[in-house]
This record gives sequence, C-alpha cells and structure tokens, in this order.
Amino acid sequence: MVDLLPFWITFKLALITTAILLVISLPVANWLASGKGKFKSVIEAFISMPLVLPPSVIGFYFLVAFGPAYGLGHFLEHYFNLRLVFSFPGLVLASIIYSLPFMIHPIQSGLSGLSPDIREASYLLGKSKWETFFKVQLPNIKPALLTGIVLTFAHTIGEFGVVLMIGGNIPNETRVVSIAIYDEVEVLNYHTANIYAGILFAITFVVLLVVNIVNKRYAITRNL
Amino acid sequence: MISFHINKQLQSAAGQMMLDVECHINKGELVTIYGVSGAGKTTILRILAGLLIPEKGCIKIGDETWLDTGKKINLPPQKRNIGFVFQHYALFPNMTVRGNLAYALQKGQAENDIDELLALMDLEQLQTRYPHNLSGGQQQRVALARALVRKPKILLLDEPLSALDTEMRLKLQDHILDIHKAYKLTTILVSHDKDEIIKLSDKVFVLEEGRIKSSGKPVILFPTSGNEAGFNFIGEVVSVVEMGMGFLVSLSILNQVFELKVPREEIGKYRVGGKVGVNSFEL
Repeated sequence: MVDLLPFWITFKLALITTAILLVISLPVANWLASGKGKFKSVIEAFISMPLVLPPSVIGFYFLVAFGPAYGLGHFLEHYFNLRLVFSFPGLVLASIIYSLPFMIHPIQSGLSGLSPDIREASYLLGKSKWETFFKVQLPNIKPALLTGIVLTFAHTIGEFGVVLMIGGNIPNETRVVSIAIYDEVEVLNYHTANIYAGILFAITFVVLLVVNIVNKRYAITRNL
Repeated sequence: MISFHINKQLQSAAGQMMLDVECHINKGELVTIYGVSGAGKTTILRILAGLLIPEKGCIKIGDETWLDTGKKINLPPQKRNIGFVFQHYALFPNMTVRGNLAYALQKGQAENDIDELLALMDLEQLQTRYPHNLSGGQQQRVALARALVRKPKILLLDEPLSALDTEMRLKLQDHILDIHKAYKLTTILVSHDKDEIIKLSDKVFVLEEGRIKSSGKPVILFPTSGNEAGFNFIGEVVSVVEMGMGFLVSLSILNQVFELKVPREEIGKYRVGGKVGVNSFEL
C-alpha cells in the first residue's frame, strides 16, 4: 500500500505558502509597481535571488539563522519555545522566501501594465487608494493574479533542496512528495517512486493546462 | 471663479522648461488651453486635479483653497470635486457602462442620477456593455457621463476628442456644449484643434513654452483666412466624373457632399483625395 501522506503534506504546504504569499505580495508588488523608493532596486534584487541561487544556499542560511545553536533560532526557542528547523512551520517560512519571486513578479508586472489613467480616474471620483486597489486595479489583473497563484503553488510542490536542508525527512511532518520519491529511489523501490512521480506529473500538468486555458479565454473576451 | 498661479519645472523634448502660468476663469465659462504638444497643457490640468504637485503654486476655487504651497495646503484629488475626462477615456475595463457610472456614486446618492446621465448621453442601449465592446466615441460619452455623476462644478477635459474621427468629434462637441450648459459647469478644455476651440469656447489661453502668450476670444485670436463676404471651406475631392464639356467634381465639406461643375482647362487642380479651398459663392 502506497503511503499517501506525503501528498497531503505537500499540498498543505503549497496551499498555506500560496495563501500567505498572496497577502504579502499584494502590497509589496504594488509598491514596486508604483513607488519610486530609494531602495527599490535593492529590494527587487533580493526578491529575485531565489530564481538564481541554488536552493541549498537558501536552506543553509535558513539553518544558520534558525538553528537553535545560533542567535535568532536560540532566541525563538528560548523565549517562544518555537523551533523552525525540521518542523512544518519552518518549511512554510522557507517556502515563502523560496517562492517569493513567483508570486511578486507576475502581480508586479500586471500592475505596471495597467494604465495609470484608470487609477487616477478612480481617485478623481473620490475613491481612496484602498478602494481603488481592490475594486479597480486588482480586478483588472486577474490573469496576473492567477499566474502568480498557480506558479507559486506549483513551485512549492516542486521544492526539493530547501525542504531537504531545513525540513529533513520526518514522516507526517516534513516528508513531502519530492523527498518521498528520492527516498524510495534510494532504497531501489522504483514501483512506489513511479506512483508518486506519476501522480505529481499528472497533477502539475493539469493545473498548468487549466491556467493556460482560463487565461486564453479571458484574453479573448477582453479582446486583448 | 477659478484663479491659479503655478510654477513647475518640466522635462520636455527640448530640455528643461519652466511652466509659469497665472489664470482667472469666471464661473460658468468654457475656456480652452491651446498650445502645441509639449507646451504644458495637460500638466496644468493635472495640477488643477491634484494629480501633480507644482514646486510653487496657489489654486483658489471661489473662497476655497485647493493648493497653497506657501501655507502647505494641498487637497488630494479625492477631495477636489471635479469632473475629469482623459484623452484615452480611462474607463474601468472590469465594469459595464452602468457599472462605471455607479462606481462614481457617493454615499447616499440615488441611482436615479445615473439613469438621467445615461439618457442625456444616449447610453441607455449600451448600459450593460463593457468598455472593450464600445467604439471610441461611445467610450468617450461614457467617460463624460461618469465625470458628471458626482455633480462637480468644474469639468476638466484633456483633449477628449483628439482620438475620434471628424463626424464623431462634431457630435461630441455638441454633447460637451449641452452638458456645460445643463449642469452650469465651469469647463476647462485642452485642445489643439482651432475649429473646435472657436465652436466651443468663450475664451482661449494660448500657451507657449510654459507661459500664457495671449488670451481672449477665439475668433479674434484665431482669425479665419478670408475676410471677404461669404464663407470659406476646405473640401475634399471625393470623385471626378467627365460630363459633356467639362467635369463634375464631388466635394465633401463638413460631411456633406456638394457638386461642382468644372471646365476642362481647370480640372488639373482637382484630384480625388486632394483638398481644395471653396468660397460659399462657388457652391
């Protein structure tokens, strides 16, 4: 019998990561798209780093930062009884950092692509920045939002290096599908690895296909 | 009465330029700011709307102060009750025609105001359509209607008709005149179309390199070519047909077609698609 628990952990991780990242990314992407801040270039570079850095680098620094033997990790464990390495919450935090550009970049380019006229038109109709953002700007970048959500979700499902470094391989806690596949292959249990890999392959393909179809349909109805 | 005095450094194609403008506009007037592109026309409207802040300036509407850089007063665009129409309409793509207008409703304002505006701008048939399903002229009518939902006293129009064809432009000019009168607005129009300015405005400010070079009645500032009796038109040659001893030339003038009999020796200057000046006595 194939243990399906890794799937549950994988999707739980992807779902939580995506939800939290969406909330974080909206204000950050809005600031990057419209702001003229001094540190914008620096922040942008930081956000893009997970695209090029090996996951092991992120995992390593995460271990150093949050390991109980060092400053921040020691502080969290000592005062809040919170240990982020080799735990599910730690995995979520690392995934958020690791998937940051996949959520922020599409939303940022969606917002930059909107004509500033419609934002200003809304202000001139007496609407606040807040109301303008949620009622005018966001509804007009639905494809970008969908792309950000799906890419983040898919990217989190595909994580391996970061999870291995900081999550380890704890069943029912941090053992996600990608780790389970690696594990099964190590013990030459190709049959189980094949089932895991096949299911993941199919799900990822279907999700990306649906997104493409939805976005295409949206573009057609909008004459884009 | 609107009076303003603004100073702002502008980056134009020709380099740095100082916008230094002082204006007084009477209540109920329809005035135009005229100038070549890059003269700073749109900048003035954006400063009046609160979308741009000048380095130095003062804007007074009656006894209300919208901007006074000396006293650090600057009302945000939300609090300046003006109607603003953008050159490219700026309709919200995610809302229907009716939705675009309804979005502009203030708290407690009745939906009836929208029905009235939809009727005034001939938009009732289109109210469930989305902006991407409308022509340019229809979109601009929606933009005008939306700008009036809040019942502003001041209407700012930033080259609202420049992207439209002649026929649509003439129709919308009438719409602008109608709403200007019906809603007792003070209207500031930015335009570089002299015919439009003469037709619509009470007064024109000619802007050159960031300064107002002259102002006054448009017919006086923009004299038409001929002062002799009769009217002068520019017509476009639509067709040339040989007939008996000469030719029959069809000319399109102000969207109407006139026919002109032309002797054989003069036909050289009439080519299909060419422009010719016509005095009304010739027609």
